[in-house]
Amino acid sequence: MIGISSNALALGATIGLMATAAMAHGYRAGPLSIQHPWSRETAVGQAVGGGFLTITNSGSREDRLLSGTTPVAAEVQLHTMTMDGGIMRMRQVADGIAIPARGSVELKPGSYHIMFMGLKRQLRQGGRVPVTLRFLRAGNVTVQFAVQPVSTTGPMEGGHAGH
Amino acid sequence: MQATDPEPIAPEGDVETSGSPRWILWLVLLLVAAGIAAAAITRGGAGAGDSASGYASTFGGPFTLTASDGSAVTDKTLAGKPYAIFFGFTRCPDVCPTSLARMARLRKQLGPDGMKFAIVFVSVDPGHDKPADLGNYVALFGTPILGLTGTDAQLEKIKKGYGVYSAKVPQPGGDYTIDHTAAIYLMTARGEFSGIIDTQESDATAIEKLKRLIA
Repeated sequence: MIGISSNALALGATIGLMATAAMAHGYRAGPLSIQHPWSRETAVGQAVGGGFLTITNSGSREDRLLSGTTPVAAEVQLHTMTMDGGIMRMRQVADGIAIPARGSVELKPGSYHIMFMGLKRQLRQGGRVPVTLRFLRAGNVTVQFAVQPVSTTGPMEGGHAGH
Repeated sequence: MQATDPEPIAPEGDVETSGSPRWILWLVLLLVAAGIAAAAITRGGAGAGDSASGYASTFGGPFTLTASDGSAVTDKTLAGKPYAIFFGFTRCPDVCPTSLARMARLRKQLGPDGMKFAIVFVSVDPGHDKPADLGNYVALFGTPILGLTGTDAQLEKIKKGYGVYSAKVPQPGGDYTIDHTAAIYLMTARGEFSGIIDTQESDATAIEKLKRLIA
């Protein structure tokens, strides 16, 4: 848990208490802030799920999202997706995703995303998935992914729900 | 090799003799090109006005696949109602659920007319997606969607008919992902090609295409 500020822990605890409230959720770890982690519900027996979030770096040094772990899946992978002449190509990102200094990166459908490989249980709408993200500088940060209807294309919180 | 090599002479001679009718060759090439262009224009014209053009009638074609309840579904089963068909796999967390959700949303926007076309999702990952899994997956989207898959040979046939590309790509750790065509093909009740909904185009455009499909 090194690297998580007491603020993040306090916020995490608050979020835990307010898990049923429909409000934005975010996390801080040093100069990083992580907004609206969300995932799509999965079908019974579905082997993978996707995770999306926005990471903002207010610091003066680049950080990198390297990997993650979650109790609900065998493996957490970072992927990117490109459309190439009408063909969807998904690839694992080998060296992480750069979070530029004073910049932000949005992991979203059609772009960078997190993959929960080898799901151990179904992700149910309205549930939360704990995921510990590992950053090069900020270290480990545990966040909760909100499980949304499969039809959503963005976080339902924060006023820009998928439609 | 001799120092005084008269090498350029022989080739030049050859070119001279075989090169004399060169203008005829160019004329032939020109005529062939003109012929191809004329054929393309004629064909394009026919295709625009007549859905029974060669292209529309050869696109798609016969196929046999398996539905989530294990029953066989063919092009004949689908005949009689227009359909939107696309290809993917359940472990695709991105373009597939996005497209399925989009089709469900567009159908809803069309109101009662939304049920005048079928939505068909073909898994190109039979090694992983068993018919029952596929049924559970498409059920997530809250509207009737026909989830189909088949043997490698059956899938090859329908992919060829629809001009769909898909290929397994090995991933580190022994797993694989699948690159695949993401377009949604619109087919008439007679199984003829009507249009494509692209992943990039607006819902408004897609709705117009669907309205034309079910008109």
